[in-house]
Order: sequence, then structure tokens, then C-alpha cells
Amino acid sequence: MEQLLSQILAGLATGGIYASVALALVMIYQATQLVNFAQGEMAMFSTYVAWAMIQAQMPYWIAFFLTVGISFVMGAAIQYFVLQRIRGQPVLALVVVFIGLLVIFNSLAGWIFTSTIQVFPSPFPAESPFGQHYISAHELGATVVTLVLITLLWAFFRFTSLGLAMRAAAQNPVSSRLVGIRVGQMLALGWGLAAAVGSVAGMMVAPIVFLDPNMMSGILLYAFAGALLGGIDSPGGAVFGGFLVGVLENLLGAFVVGNELKLVVALVVIVGVLLLRPSGIFGSVQVTRV
Amino acid sequence: MLLEVVELQAAYGAMRVLHGISFGLEQGSVTALLGANGAGKTTTLRALCAMARSHGAITFDGRRIERMATEDIVRLGIAHVPEGRGTFTHLTTEENLRLGGYVRKPKGQVADDMERVYGYFPRLKERRRQQAGTLSGGEQQMLALARALMLRPRLLLLDEPSFGLAPLLVQEFFHILAKINREEGVSVLLVEQNAALALEIADHAYVLEVGRIALGGAAEEVKRNEAVRASYLGS
Amino acid sequence: MMASAPPRLLSVGMPIAVACAAPFVLSNYHIFQLTLVLVYAIALLGLNILTGYNGQISLGHGAFYAIGAYVAAVLMDRFGVPYWVTVPVAGALCLVVGFLFGLPALRLEGLYLALATFALGVAMPQLLKYKPFEPWTGGVQGIVIVKPDPPWGLPVSADQWLYYFTLAIAIAMFVLGANLLRGRIGRALVAIRDHPIAACAMGIDTARYKSLAFGISAMYTGVAGALGAIAVQFVAPDSFTILLSISLFVGIVVGGLSSIGGAFFGALFIEFVPSIADQISKSAPWAIYGVFLIGLIFLMPMGINWAIRLGWARIARSLHAAPAQSRSR
Repeated sequence: MEQLLSQILAGLATGGIYASVALALVMIYQATQLVNFAQGEMAMFSTYVAWAMIQAQMPYWIAFFLTVGISFVMGAAIQYFVLQRIRGQPVLALVVVFIGLLVIFNSLAGWIFTSTIQVFPSPFPAESPFGQHYISAHELGATVVTLVLITLLWAFFRFTSLGLAMRAAAQNPVSSRLVGIRVGQMLALGWGLAAAVGSVAGMMVAPIVFLDPNMMSGILLYAFAGALLGGIDSPGGAVFGGFLVGVLENLLGAFVVGNELKLVVALVVIVGVLLLRPSGIFGSVQVTRV
Repeated sequence: MLLEVVELQAAYGAMRVLHGISFGLEQGSVTALLGANGAGKTTTLRALCAMARSHGAITFDGRRIERMATEDIVRLGIAHVPEGRGTFTHLTTEENLRLGGYVRKPKGQVADDMERVYGYFPRLKERRRQQAGTLSGGEQQMLALARALMLRPRLLLLDEPSFGLAPLLVQEFFHILAKINREEGVSVLLVEQNAALALEIADHAYVLEVGRIALGGAAEEVKRNEAVRASYLGS
Repeated sequence: MMASAPPRLLSVGMPIAVACAAPFVLSNYHIFQLTLVLVYAIALLGLNILTGYNGQISLGHGAFYAIGAYVAAVLMDRFGVPYWVTVPVAGALCLVVGFLFGLPALRLEGLYLALATFALGVAMPQLLKYKPFEPWTGGVQGIVIVKPDPPWGLPVSADQWLYYFTLAIAIAMFVLGANLLRGRIGRALVAIRDHPIAACAMGIDTARYKSLAFGISAMYTGVAGALGAIAVQFVAPDSFTILLSISLFVGIVVGGLSSIGGAFFGALFIEFVPSIADQISKSAPWAIYGVFLIGLIFLMPMGINWAIRLGWARIARSLHAAPAQSRSR
């Protein structure tokens, strides 16, 4: 019983991270109808940037917020300089560019920061308020951070006019122009936010899995699974899906298939959702008219 | 002259739709743009908003706007209610209206504007939290006009507002439109296939045929014109 | 876009002649590299059939390569099967597996198929490391294969023999592929890629051809995997990560989609760029891949082979123009 509870709590902790990355994926999908294959590598690169700052004796939280800011700029720049140029090209061309970005970020990280596995510090105290039995301090802290992040984003989109304008630009760029919204800017903003969210996810997960250039590829897979399960065009669904996948992964890993096949579980979820219910639990069904 | 168009040509790719039309629109007037399907009426409105590629001079309130982007033209005070209404179907009625006021500078006024607009369209107020895509056709048309009004526009461009609406709703819509023009002095450029309806509230009218202006003048004259009566008024 | 192809004799005959002569002037290591080029060319032709000609994006073809490689290794090491038997067996098995994978893939379009295959590519190493499979797969350590000796006491080195063996299979696979793609099947695949609804309306059994494309594509990649395993003499789960799938993808993009000869150029690219760029930095090859991928999309949508065809067309045009000029004098 105790083990079950602790697996669920740990699952919620990693689920929070998957939920954040899934949210970033959905934000970009909503705005551009595209899946950002490079999301994980971008988050990893951001985490390395934070690491470098911390290595240079910068206090953790200053490095944290600086990294979030830098990631925002990086994401907006990619949208503006790379993706804006290739709008409207066939799917294959877009996939090529995303894979290109994936590969460039991965290799840049290895080149600038070397590929040796690094330790990434956790900002949370070593002692958990509940003792080490159920959940570690970092897992608890990471869950809180991701929940705060998700709530802030939700409030931003729901209550501010900028958030409303971004939602509008994602859903209907033509009508958005007719009310004066600068759609290109909204897209860059969306990408910036997604990159920023990714960086937070990366910084929260690095203390658990250690920092190396291939840190995020598995996490990206779980995030995909979560986003698809919850609904690729539903932010709330993606968050729910992320947490669900986190818990499922831990429970199945601990009690059913063993830890070695966790990625295969993600694969099965992805393929299963795509085949059985592509819109996910909360997404809307897309009907293509012939 | 609030809007002056000189030798406007427009094309979709290689297909030329407008062959050099010229017309003007007086401040405070309702001007109807009539013509059959494919005459180029929608293209004219789109060209005015930089939504279609065009050549020619477009002057709005003394400024040349043909090189400007859609978003900037909107900020000058031109609101376009497109074909198909362009509602944000996944957002609520109220969110649609808030978006209409997106570029308005004093943010506090937006709330006042919304009350004013609900005054014209009480039905929308009832449905303020409802998802816009679930509104009826007539209500969506009202919403589209209401959203345009949130901009406090100088010029309102309307593309086939009567399309797909029940006659009673159409009457109601045009009644409100005429009222807005009278009370707030908003100039209107109205594109309509339903010529009779448009000529009832218009001060001036132009008839487009195959990308050229065949006829133009005061609405009364156009209404009396024999060719127009034969082709467009069914008499 | 009518770009004329260089005359068949030049474009096919010359490279084959060079390929046959090469092993006699190169060192064993270079022969090994060329063997791998041939291996990748087969794999890339396979991927191109699916993605280039039929428009189904696969970011997980490394999985089929891995299956072919492990089939060869397991058969040779655990069951003592001769190396030359393992190649067609790998091909046959991958044909079936690919076809079966192609069936659910029918429900997935464009980006979603890319996503599903990407997931397959990421998950594959874990699948290969799975403990219950260890008696066959050798787990994390993998399997070591013995290099086959030249048969009948031929006076060539083992590397040279392996090279000619691979070359023969490569030629056979390319001929097969050319016949397939230039004929009815190829036209059906392209029709399905470009105008799926019209193709269906014209009576083309879209589902059958799409699954077939998957199967054939997997077969080619499986054959390549088997040959590759024999050449490298080693298989291990971490040789078949998502990066292999991405390399194959890079290969067809750089070499040219919808082009048979392009598979060869792509193979040269993904074999030699790493070995040259590695000397600059371990990360350099991937950075180069990335820059090429993005650069190509910005500049040249169809890849190197397309550019060659375009260049040849210009030469042909100027040859036609010259006699006209001399006449007008």
C-alpha cells in the first residue's frame, strides 16, 4: 500500500513534467497545426544554459529566471527566422525542418557543453516535509513548480487580452487580422512561451535523471503520449494526459512490465490513441471534408 | 470623401478579377455595391483590406492605404465583416466582442462599448457566455456586426450579410444597420446580391459587372434604372 | 518540370564499372566504408519508396534496419545459419513485419505517422534490451558475428568478398526497385501520394498499395540491416537508436526524394560526413546534418539528385542551342 502510494506520488511528480512539455507541444500545435519534434532538445539546451550559469556561481533562482527569459527569446527567434519562412510548405518539408532543429540543438549542446553527464542541482531542501517515504523533496517541489506554471499559463490565456489574442490568432488567423491582431507576433509569442515552459520542465527533471544531451528524448515521448491521450488540441487535456501518463508509467513500470519497457508503454499509448481515438479524451474530433 | 478608390485592379494568381474600378464613398453615407456572383464585389472589399493582391490607389480619410497591412488598416478605423462572418467559433460571444475592441486604446472604454453594443443586440447579451459556434446563423451575423462595432469604426465593410438568413432576421439586421449609420455616423460599404434590400437603406449604389463598374449614382436613380430593374430587381 | 536525365549508359554503367574496380585500389578500411555505403543505399532506397514515392513519412526506419541486423546475427551466431541465407530471410521477415505495421499506419496521416514512427524509433533500443529476449538478443552486450570467408578459395580478402557480395545484392535490389517504381506500382504510389482521393476514385486500391509500400520499404531496409550487421560484425541495442532513423531520414532528404539514384548520394553523405566531421568534434556531424536539412528546405526542395538533373538539362539545352547559332551566321 505504501509502495503504491509512493509510486503514484512519484508518478504525479514526473507527470507534472510531462504535463508541462505536453502543454508546450499543444500550444504550438494549436497555433500552427504542427508538432514540435524539437521541443525536448530545446528544453535540454535551455537546461544546459542554466547549468552553465550555475557553474559560474550564479545563484540558482537567478539562473532559473534568466534561463526562462533566454528560452523565451530563443523560441520566438526560431519562429520568426525559421518557421515563418516555411509556412504553407508540404508536411514533409516541415518535418525535415523540425528534425533539423532537433539535431542542431542536440549537437550544439554536446559541442558547447560537452556530452559528459552532469549533475544538476535542485533548489529544494534535502529534507521533505513528509519524510522520504512517500515523496522526495525535489519531487514535491517539482510538482508544485509545474502546477504553479500551468496555473499561471491558464490564467494568462483565460483572463488577459494578450492571451485572448493569442488564442484567436491560433484558431483563426484571418479573422484575427481583421480585428487588428498581428498574427506573426502572436505566433512568435506562442513559440517563446512554449520554449520557456520547456526550459522549466528541463530544469525540474534534470536533478532526477542527470543532465546529458539525450536527457529529453524519452521525456518527449511521454509528453507526446500525454498530449495525444488528453487531446492534441486541448491544453487542459494535455495537462491531464501528462499527469496520467506519469502515474501510468510508474505503476506499470513498478508492478507490470518492469522498468525496462517503460518507453515501449509510451509507444503503445501513442499508437493506440492515434488508431483508436485520435482526438484524445478531451480533444475535438476533426472532420475533413473531401 | 471618406474613401476614394482609383483604378483598382485585383487578381487571384493569374486570374484577373477587377479590371480597374473607380468609386468614392461619402462620410456618413451607406453605399451599396451590387452585382451578380463572380462580379468582383467580395474581391473589392478584400482588396480594400489588403486581403487580396491589388494595384491602384485607395485613399482613406486622406491617407493612401493600398500598401498597408490588414492589421494596420484596421487600426485606421475600417472594420470588415467578411463573407461567412469570420466568427471565432471556439470562443464565447463575449470573447468575440472583446477581440473586436482589441486595438482600442483606452482599455476601460471597451467595457462601455460592450454595453452599447449589447444595446443594439440584446439577444447577444443573453448568450454572452455561450460558445460562438453554437449560435444560430442569424445570431452569428449579429455577432459579426457587433464585433465590428466594438472597433468604433469610421467605415464598415459588410460582405453579403443577408446570406443564409431568414427574411425576418434580415429585416431586423438591416433595421439595426440603418440605425447605427444614423445614430453613430458610421459610413457603410455594403456588398449584397439582394439588390432590393440594399437599395432600400443605401444613399448611393454602384453596380459591378465582370470586374468593371457598369453603373453608379444615387440609390434612387439606380433603383429606377431599367437595366438594373431587369437584371437585379426582378421586374 | 521536365529535366532530362543523363543518358542511362553514363549514369548507371560508369558507376558500376568504378564500383567493381574500386576494391583493387583501396585499403581494407576504405573497402569496408564503401560496403557500408552500399548498405545504406539499399536502406535509403527502401525508405525512399515509402516516403519519397508514396509520401508516408517514417522517422523510425532504424527499427527495420535493427530487425534485419538482429535476424542475421541471431541466425548466424545462435543457429549457425550461413551468412548468405540470413539476408533473404531478414528481407522476408521485414516484408511481413513492415506490411503488418503498414496496416494500422493506414489510419495515420502525415504528421501523426511521423510521430508514431518517431516513437517506434525511440523505443526500439529498449525493446532490444528486454530481459526475456536476452538468450537470443544478447541483451545490452549484443552479439558478435564472425566475418565470413570468401567461398571456393577465391583470391580476394574477406573484406573484398563481402564488398562484392553486397554490391551484387545492391545492384539486384536497385534493378528490382527501378522496375517497380517505373512501372504500374510506382505510378500508383505516386498517384496516392499526390492525389489520394482521385487515385481512389480511379480504382486504385489505396490501402493495399500503402501497406505494400510499407512492406517493400521495410524489406529493403531489413536486407540492408542484415548486410550491415555482417559487415560491422556486431549488433547491440544502442547501435539502433533514434539517431539511426534520423540518419536514414537525412539520407533521403539530402539524396533526393522520389529519385532512385539519389539513394546512392544520400548513402555517401551519411557514411562520409560523420567520418570526416568526427575529426572536428563529436557533435559536428549532427550539426552538419541539421544545417543541411534546414538549408535544403530553404534552398532546394528536392535534394541533390534533382539538382543534378536540373544541371544536365541546362547542358543539354546549350548543346541544342549551339548548332542553331552557327546556322544563323
